[in-house]
Amino acid sequence: MSIIGIFLVASVGTLAMGLVSSWIDRKVTARVQYRVGPPFLQPVYDILKLLGKETLVPARAQGRGFLLAPVVGLAAGAVAATILWVANVMPETGFLGDLVVVLYVLTIPAIAAIYGALASGSPHATFGASREMKLLLSYELPLVLAVLVPVVQMARAPEAGGASFAIGAIVGYQAAHGWVLGSLSGLIAAAVALVTMQAKLTLVPFDLPEAETELMGGSMVAYSGPPLAMIKLTRALLLATAPVLLVTLFAGGVSDAASPMAWVAFAGKYVVVLVLVVLMRNTNPRLRIDQAVRLFWFGLAPLAAVALVLAWFGM
Amino acid sequence: MSLTMFGLKKSPWVYHVNVGACNNCDIEVLELLTPRYDVERLGMVLVGTPRHADALLVTGMCSRQAEPRLREVYRQTPKPCVVFCIGSCACTGGIFRHGYHFSQPVDHVIRDEDPDAIIAYVPGCPPKPEAMIAGAAKALATL
Repeated sequence: MSIIGIFLVASVGTLAMGLVSSWIDRKVTARVQYRVGPPFLQPVYDILKLLGKETLVPARAQGRGFLLAPVVGLAAGAVAATILWVANVMPETGFLGDLVVVLYVLTIPAIAAIYGALASGSPHATFGASREMKLLLSYELPLVLAVLVPVVQMARAPEAGGASFAIGAIVGYQAAHGWVLGSLSGLIAAAVALVTMQAKLTLVPFDLPEAETELMGGSMVAYSGPPLAMIKLTRALLLATAPVLLVTLFAGGVSDAASPMAWVAFAGKYVVVLVLVVLMRNTNPRLRIDQAVRLFWFGLAPLAAVALVLAWFGM
Repeated sequence: MSLTMFGLKKSPWVYHVNVGACNNCDIEVLELLTPRYDVERLGMVLVGTPRHADALLVTGMCSRQAEPRLREVYRQTPKPCVVFCIGSCACTGGIFRHGYHFSQPVDHVIRDEDPDAIIAYVPGCPPKPEAMIAGAAKALATL
């Protein structure tokens, strides 16, 4: 299959997975609140409805940047999803360093949200953008440290080829040596990465950039119609990509793309991570920005560093 | 029925506008959006800005001070949208009809702004949340 074909299949598939995941999120939230919740196709109806509305651009907005930002965010999310699926399904065709590329590309949706919010000219959006910036600066450090733990564990096993920044190699290492999650350092790193993913998805307790009760939608406040649909699609895409990243790096991913049992196991692992994210979202209050930054810099980053040291010493 | 209208029926996002209410209807609207009545079954979600909204829940008798603001909020709601007049005061002016501060009933203001506006009425003082759900379901069914 050509690169364009792979990209289209992976992004549309992940988008569909993301819409189903956002339904699971809303349904679990509803059940936790003792109510019924929306029907299965509700996320599809939402997107359909948004595509039919008119696009309003504020008079003070910088129109081109305002309208381009959601497109860039969606494209970046799709690229990250494609790299992850290629690493899981066809590990040999990944390239060296694609782990670094995925980490870089996954920051682009946040930056696109910031750019779009600042381009909209709304003061609410400006607050949302500034909070998103601070959050971005704080959670990237623990994420990078946590993601280095599988690489360091590979370095301890030279028979596996030594350390490698190719996600496909990490999947292969886990197929041979067991999950990274099985070791103490892997467990700590996975927990840190899970909390960091919650911030990347801007879900409670880290949903300050779009705190509904405070900011009226924060960074998305000025968007309407198809651009808003693209923002919702980007969030759905990230909701599917983040658990895939965690499962790939810490729980073995799809250990053998040819066997159906490996795919069933992957689906199970994915659902477990998704439900953890949703339950974390439903049982926690929202953190203030200074509390969130303090948590990431002085709580999770040292913890991830400890995990890295443990991994270096073979634990 | 066009795909847009189908989407609007299945996923009406609501924005609450108070244009001079005594707050009784607003309390009932707030109760409507609690887990007990579960309007998310109908796809209704409360949004914080009219730019994300499909349905404006207008309460209040539209005082002279609030009238230009109601017009601005209506202009900022992307079409197609539905306006729900919640409560007797929003439908007709209610008991404040002959007050010095009353301008026009809400539907006059909206029709003045946009002659093809889709307006639905939920009378009551205040209407029960069940009445609001019934009104919303009937209005969306006729779209």
